[in-house]
Amino acid sequence: MAKIHVSTTVNGDAVEFLCNPGETLLDILRNDLQLTGTKEGCGSGDCGACSITVDDRLVCSCLVLAVEAEGKAIGTIEGVADKDQLNVIQQKFLEHAALQCGICTPGLIVSVQALLKENPEPTEEEARYYLAGNLCRCTGYDKIIRAVLDAAETMRGAA
Amino acid sequence: MKNNNEAIAADNYKYIGTRSIRPDGFEKVTGRANYGADLSLPGMIWGKMLRSPHAHAMIKNIDTSRAEALAGVMAIVTYDDFPGVSSEIVAAGEGTEDLLDLARNLMADGKVLYHGHAILGVAAISKQIAEQALELIDIDYDILPAVLDVRDAMAKDAPILHQTMFTKGLSETPTTPSNVASVVELKKGDILAGFAQADIVIEREFYTPTVHQGYIEPHACTVRYDEHGQSMVWCSTQGHFDVRSTTAKLLHMSLSKLKVIASEIGGGFGGKTTVYLEPVALLMSKKTGRPVKMLMDRDEVFKASGPGSATRNWIKVGARNDGTITAMQGKLHYEAGAFKGSPARLGGMTAFTPYDVENMFVECFDVVVNKPKVAAYRAPGAPQAEYAAEMIISELAARLEIDPIDFRLQNVAKEGTKTIYGPKLKKVGLVECLEAAKNSPHYQQPLKDNQGRGVSSGFWFNIGGSSSVTLNMNRDGTGTIVEGSPDIGGSRASMQLMAAETLGIAADNFKTVVADTENIAHNDGTGGSRTTFATGMAVVEAAKDVIRQMKSRAASVWSVEVDTIDWVDGVAINIDSTEKLSAAEICATADRTGGQISGQGNINARGAGPSFAVHICDVEVDKETGKVDVVRYTAIQDAGKAIHPSYVEGQYQGGAAQGIGWALNEEYVYNDKGILQNPGFLDYRIPLASDLPMIETVIVEVPNPAHPFGVRGVGETGIIPPLAATAYAVSDAINAPITDLPCSPPNVLAVIQANS
Amino acid sequence: MPIVDYKVPVSVDEAVIMLKGCNTAVKILAGGTDLIIQSKPAGSDPLTVVDIKSIDSMMTASIDDEGLTLGPAMSCAELTARDDIKSVYPGLIEAAYLIGSTQVQGRASIGGNLSNASPAADTIPALIAIGARCIIAGPDGERVVAVEDFVVGVGKNCMAQGELLKSIQVPPPEAKTSDAYLRFIPRTEMDIAVAGAGVSITMDSEGVCTAARIAIGAVAVTALLVPAAAAALVGSKLEESALQAAAAAASAASKPISDRRGTADYRRHVVGVLVKRAVSIAAQRAQEQ
Repeated sequence: MAKIHVSTTVNGDAVEFLCNPGETLLDILRNDLQLTGTKEGCGSGDCGACSITVDDRLVCSCLVLAVEAEGKAIGTIEGVADKDQLNVIQQKFLEHAALQCGICTPGLIVSVQALLKENPEPTEEEARYYLAGNLCRCTGYDKIIRAVLDAAETMRGAA
Repeated sequence: MKNNNEAIAADNYKYIGTRSIRPDGFEKVTGRANYGADLSLPGMIWGKMLRSPHAHAMIKNIDTSRAEALAGVMAIVTYDDFPGVSSEIVAAGEGTEDLLDLARNLMADGKVLYHGHAILGVAAISKQIAEQALELIDIDYDILPAVLDVRDAMAKDAPILHQTMFTKGLSETPTTPSNVASVVELKKGDILAGFAQADIVIEREFYTPTVHQGYIEPHACTVRYDEHGQSMVWCSTQGHFDVRSTTAKLLHMSLSKLKVIASEIGGGFGGKTTVYLEPVALLMSKKTGRPVKMLMDRDEVFKASGPGSATRNWIKVGARNDGTITAMQGKLHYEAGAFKGSPARLGGMTAFTPYDVENMFVECFDVVVNKPKVAAYRAPGAPQAEYAAEMIISELAARLEIDPIDFRLQNVAKEGTKTIYGPKLKKVGLVECLEAAKNSPHYQQPLKDNQGRGVSSGFWFNIGGSSSVTLNMNRDGTGTIVEGSPDIGGSRASMQLMAAETLGIAADNFKTVVADTENIAHNDGTGGSRTTFATGMAVVEAAKDVIRQMKSRAASVWSVEVDTIDWVDGVAINIDSTEKLSAAEICATADRTGGQISGQGNINARGAGPSFAVHICDVEVDKETGKVDVVRYTAIQDAGKAIHPSYVEGQYQGGAAQGIGWALNEEYVYNDKGILQNPGFLDYRIPLASDLPMIETVIVEVPNPAHPFGVRGVGETGIIPPLAATAYAVSDAINAPITDLPCSPPNVLAVIQANS
Repeated sequence: MPIVDYKVPVSVDEAVIMLKGCNTAVKILAGGTDLIIQSKPAGSDPLTVVDIKSIDSMMTASIDDEGLTLGPAMSCAELTARDDIKSVYPGLIEAAYLIGSTQVQGRASIGGNLSNASPAADTIPALIAIGARCIIAGPDGERVVAVEDFVVGVGKNCMAQGELLKSIQVPPPEAKTSDAYLRFIPRTEMDIAVAGAGVSITMDSEGVCTAARIAIGAVAVTALLVPAAAAALVGSKLEESALQAAAAAASAASKPISDRRGTADYRRHVVGVLVKRAVSIAAQRAQEQ
């Protein structure tokens, strides 16, 4: 079985890789591109730990074939901060202690970024439903939702 | 007392009680932090376990020839590759484990005991080839009937899991093997006399299902065996020293030949206090000479890592008409899974401890069934037993027409109350928690139609144990706290704050490092809510050691006796001359005054403070479908002292959410053959962001006299009260008794229909 | 490795040729949220996937006087953002919105939901209720199949190898007609339907129901159109007795199983509750027109 050559961009960088046709984008990101910030919690789209964006659309990278990345723009947690300057969402997660173990955090931050791009002023309920696919077992979500609403407010203020 | 996520200040600390940014936060919000699955090594190969498709079967024959012929397969390991295992009790997690059971759980020894039980491991050059190879292994089974519930397991002609297991704790030595591993009795007073004094007695049997800790990170490790030098294990664990000791014991290695590095850990809740992969991966590495990586898939986590016990607990409580409880009795049956060792006894010790009642009697049964071997799950054993007890307490209060908080206050455990397990309680904060609950805005809020309210207390011991900390001072006066407790929820930040408070140096001057097994002395695992208590105490000891050294250096600089030196806000002061030397100045010149400064705090912490909690839950029930929505929730708990209030609140909220999940929707569903039907997050339904309201918290602070800052430990207690608080709220909303969890829509509708 | 080949046609004709000419088992890839999970087991047969997302007509939707023409591979996220479609078929959009998480909606498509033919698929009862039809392209030309006939069993649709769901068409609704879809799940999100109900209701100016289509999901091997439930409503003013009769008819028509998501009895009961509630929502929407 011949490997397929894929040209794509990841966090703005032009990237090329070889993959088997059945390999998931998650496996390529983690094992071939060493972008281990994207986490695997379930491999079936039920936990959101592997959330990334493909052409600005939020998806689970465990449910995307790597070959489908051809010509697309991939966004991962590694591209959220501007060098060492944290994004507002990341900063608010820290200020609100919105993480305990931190395994769901990269996927959540990518998802929150997508949420606030689509809806800069979400209600608590809208935020909770948008993020229902990002499981967190540590926090009970309270501080995550507070961080999201605070980040949204801060970003609106800055805009 | 202030509400709404504000701590109650009991003292006047400078750093403790502030909400500092956790020192490992940057790595964790940028994806740079490395977890169990994130390490790859040059030349690394992949291992996968073959798991039993049956719940109970003898293995008649294993044929691996087709798999071995597959290109890329490098080794197959089985139970026979262990270098000889005998029964021996070893420390593991919060308790002990039998090494023989541990080995037989890692890979079956001729008999599989649950669906998903590991049988052998395959190592191959890629994960895909390892998975393909598993399909090429042929096993002949002799399928045996499965026992899936304590009732079946204890029935007269039940299939026996272990022919060598005889019930311990019986008055007469048994002559036939049994699925009951042990029976333990706990008592105080005279239970019969207690019930004789009662005007009202309620008894019921309660069921709680098998539940999983549900950490989002599956078990994972990368290992390298080195016959001549030092072998290495990188893994996600709550206790890397325990991984080292059990693995070394199984593989007949000395501790110095095995280094275990704790990766960042993506949740554990007790479930990562034992080993499932690491010794097998090392066997693979030994056979192949290559580093080996093993990752569990999510379905393997559910099928084969330790869940929490399902239970059938019968509780009987008697009270006088004036509200005085006279007797509390329980008969507790805990599923251990395939091997002995359920927390039945801990259930017995905790069930009635929130109450000061003269007469108590509990029998605790540890029962094996054809399900995965249970592991610790946040306050192991307590939620199930306290759920049953608290449901009866709430029902009694209703029958006596006494406010449920007043009823609890009337019978409350307090300093001096003798526990069923022996010692008297020292200073505890249950009265304060109940009063805070009663005064909370939540408790004052009236309910709407179809809503109900539940209140529950919860008790957990918390533990101390062995912790070792080194505090290395740098030449610029900053410091590195080297600890050995994996940071599962922000404990690095607490360590910083305690070092800062002790030394009088601002917290951001300290870096906290979780060291591997060769860079710090032994530490017990992160469990039992012990880290901030015990490791925190070790940090304080190390910081005091640093102060002693700093003072002695200052004394030598000034050529005075050390007892003329005072230490204030990070500065040494000569009381006689008011000369001053800051920590930075002392550190900068340390080479000239006797070498670099490093403090040591190696302790075995005693006196962990029990913690009590009280939760209030309001639910709304859709009476046509049985669906339950949690509409308001408040968690109140005695922290002793909240070092970092945000992470204390986080523990309360997270415990509440897990407990709500346990109460409402979480359960292992097996078919009658013992095959797990829901090994994934799709159908093992943990709470989602959209399922929960904000979880209000009240931090009560009744300091623990045994800790320098009053810490009790906060991690576990919060999962105990939600079960009864939530289930009783449902019961209140539908005006019918709930006994069985979960309160899933079909179960609740069935209760509604049966009572209408 | 079960997926051994990956093809990307840019037209329906090219896709049909690829599908027909394949020498392994072949599956059509749209959002992949079912396909990629199903193809994971190491032991399954070699599979070629044909990714139809580069065919423009598969990825667009249009609504006009002729009704709705829906590209089957368009993601639910794109579809649910279409207010023009939502204003006419709110029930269909509700169903699309309920499929999985935000992440899953970024990929999952209505054509995939339909073709995957899960008994619990949310969009199937919603599509049946509004009378949607499948346009199937194949080597011998096109054919048209009603959605209720498209799904033939658990995981089975009526297409032969070489055929492709080209578009989904929905006729324009009559005046004062609207739809609704409700499903029951244990949590608020992320679960598979325990039962589902898609309804379309037409009202007259007197508040009398003049036409109805009731479809139920997750209570039989395929979604079911329940004419008896509709008959119980037509001619009534949707009084409680009519709603109860429709609910009873839906419960009676269902043939559910017991599994990890609910018992047969529970499903039979809940599907009636959903029908009752969905009818009230759709009727109110119809009357507000």
